Amino acid sequence: MANNSYKVKVGLASCGIAAGAQQVYDRFSELLQSGKLTSQAELIPTGCLGMCFCEPIVEVSTNTGERYLYGGVTAADVELILDQHLTKGEPVSELLVYGPNSHSELDSYFHKQRRIALKNCGVINPEDINSYLEVGGYQGLKKALEIGPEQVIAELKASGLRGRGGAGFPTHLKWSLTQQTPGELKYIICNADEGDPGAFMDRSILESDPHSIIEGMLIAGWAIGASKGYIYCRAEYPLAIKRLKIAIAQAEAHQFLGTGILGTDFNFSIEIREGAGAFVCGEETALIMSIEGQRGMPRFRPPYPSEKGLFAVPTSINNVETLANVPRILADGAAEFSKYGTENSRGTKVFALAGKINRGGLVEIPMGMTINELIFDIGGGISTGKPFKAIQTGGPSGGCIPAELGDTPVDYDSLSKIGAIMGSGGMLVMDEDTCMVDVAKYFLSFARSESCGKCTFCRIGTEKLLAILERITQGEGTSSDLTLIQRLAEAIKVGSMCGLGQTVPNPILTTMKYFAAEYQAHIEEGCCPAKQCKALITYQIDPELCRGCGLCARVCAVSAISGKVKEPYLIDSEQCIRCGLCISACKFNAISVESRPKTDSASLEVAQ
Amino acid sequence: MLASSEQLLKVEQIVSKYRDVPGAAIPILQEIQNELGYVSPEFIAKVAELTKIPASDLYGIVTFYSQFRLEPLGEYHIQVCHGTACHLAGAEQVTEALEIAVNTKCGSTSKDGKFTLEKVACIGCCSLAPVISVNGKIYGRMTPDKVRSLVRDLKGGDSRGK
Repeated sequence: MANNSYKVKVGLASCGIAAGAQQVYDRFSELLQSGKLTSQAELIPTGCLGMCFCEPIVEVSTNTGERYLYGGVTAADVELILDQHLTKGEPVSELLVYGPNSHSELDSYFHKQRRIALKNCGVINPEDINSYLEVGGYQGLKKALEIGPEQVIAELKASGLRGRGGAGFPTHLKWSLTQQTPGELKYIICNADEGDPGAFMDRSILESDPHSIIEGMLIAGWAIGASKGYIYCRAEYPLAIKRLKIAIAQAEAHQFLGTGILGTDFNFSIEIREGAGAFVCGEETALIMSIEGQRGMPRFRPPYPSEKGLFAVPTSINNVETLANVPRILADGAAEFSKYGTENSRGTKVFALAGKINRGGLVEIPMGMTINELIFDIGGGISTGKPFKAIQTGGPSGGCIPAELGDTPVDYDSLSKIGAIMGSGGMLVMDEDTCMVDVAKYFLSFARSESCGKCTFCRIGTEKLLAILERITQGEGTSSDLTLIQRLAEAIKVGSMCGLGQTVPNPILTTMKYFAAEYQAHIEEGCCPAKQCKALITYQIDPELCRGCGLCARVCAVSAISGKVKEPYLIDSEQCIRCGLCISACKFNAISVESRPKTDSASLEVAQ
Repeated sequence: MLASSEQLLKVEQIVSKYRDVPGAAIPILQEIQNELGYVSPEFIAKVAELTKIPASDLYGIVTFYSQFRLEPLGEYHIQVCHGTACHLAGAEQVTEALEIAVNTKCGSTSKDGKFTLEKVACIGCCSLAPVISVNGKIYGRMTPDKVRSLVRDLKGGDSRGK
């Protein structure tokens, strides 16, 4: 019998499950129960390691602390891992992504990251409180109860933690303002209404390490004198909600939640409220309205929630990632946290890397790292092999940063200096096939449909801005449109009450600033350099590459393709609706997209 | 569609669970939708009668939040992710292919009641973009052509797909 014992971890967060991790887990479970394995192996379901680019992920670790990461594992591979690695002790090299002896390109992926908020994600079993306790869980709460509320806030102040939801308001200040407002009843709200399209940091933390959020809320409650907390979580995150419910029940059973917590006179309970699908509810006053059972429409501040929040009592609203940092700061000390980052941006930030990037997923970096380091050293560069064009941070409120500014450090101040924002952590990577006018239009149409409608400039201004952008992407823009956009954008910023409205113009203003030539090409030449805008492109079949199989003609929904079998087919541009069905069906890459500057006579025709 | 007495009884049971919960209008409506599939005007009237929350307020909530549906879903509920990563990866084309394949527009149900198409903000599987979900099951890296064959399978082996 081999004297080795192994731990086998399978990442079961939403994205892993979508990639097939549940089947992998079930297969391991089935084979391990069959008893044919001679070595000791413990199967542990975990959350998300953040390595979306190689899901489903299986980690095999030995009793001597060696870790082997397998990527892209299917249920059919499980037996091989069992036979070769767990039985003979020989790692399966063809599935191995990272191991103790590998000096791979992933070295920089791991070594440049610092995991504080994501420390336990993918490491512990999110549905087992003992797994959290084994890694020092609830030690931060114990420390907080020992040192008292004032010291907790002082510790937070020393750490320099700022809100991770986007605006970056100092957390200690939010807490001390709420603490100082007199009142018998106070609330803590965890804002888990992660609405930025393309951002999934909070979901991953909630699915992978829910107890850290409960502990963070407990510490916050103790600090400000609240006895009740609400978690406002998107209904679109069913797994996160399920694991939070399990975690709350376990925390109650272990008397971390309830009355007289850990022998003190501190009482605290947590209730989950599901968001119902409104982006604006990420704004704190709108979120409060929603928990109160109304339409989520922001109201004027002051009074700030710290004075008059949920049900008109003092309330502190903190984001998921912010709260995930709190137990670590208490347990490990403020100095350990604040040694990372820059002077005004202490600690780390989690980003959801997506778009045209090789290693998409969740990463956590010390603030102050440059965009280039993040994209190339950690993200592994552009997935399409084409030149890096831009990143977009902060979702609909953020901005596009061009590749030329890749040396900009990722911190609150540097990003806002160039017109972007840190945001909550969505980071979209774009290559030259991305049309920046289209990106601006995309975010604007999102913001338009999510505007709550309270402020005129946000409600109607976004509509009008969108109409201008529509016009430009149709090739019908004029040069005066750009001035019009500037004026309207300024008016929307000034005339809107909440953060949503005030930041709506950011994606347009930054793309206009950094990609002016692309707007010009749409307006003056009637062409889309990235070949994305439908009205400005044509589909063509290359007669050299076309084998005349006729598949494109059969799939075409509008019968725009004709030809004879075994001879090159032709696309009728007049009929073609540019839906892309033929391109994805063609097996010979014979169909391409073109966008040519219009000749003067052609643009005259369009004008008529 | 008229509500059955069983449905209305269910509404009553749900409302009674939230008697002492402040600000319960949204959780009540969410649970009704979870249990009964949608929130019909009749359910709203019943909730209004039981909770004394004006029906206009409830209707305001239902129309404000994108989660709520006033009509029942089709047999296959297809959600097309329009998160940023999916947008960059071609969600528009996937949507168009779906609309063509099931012959209905996003935001509505096909005439035969088989398919409901819906655009959603972000499912959060960005590394599998573009993504659609069919009755909760995620399909990643979609192309217009894959959509076409998926719908053909869902329609039950009608090999022509149109």
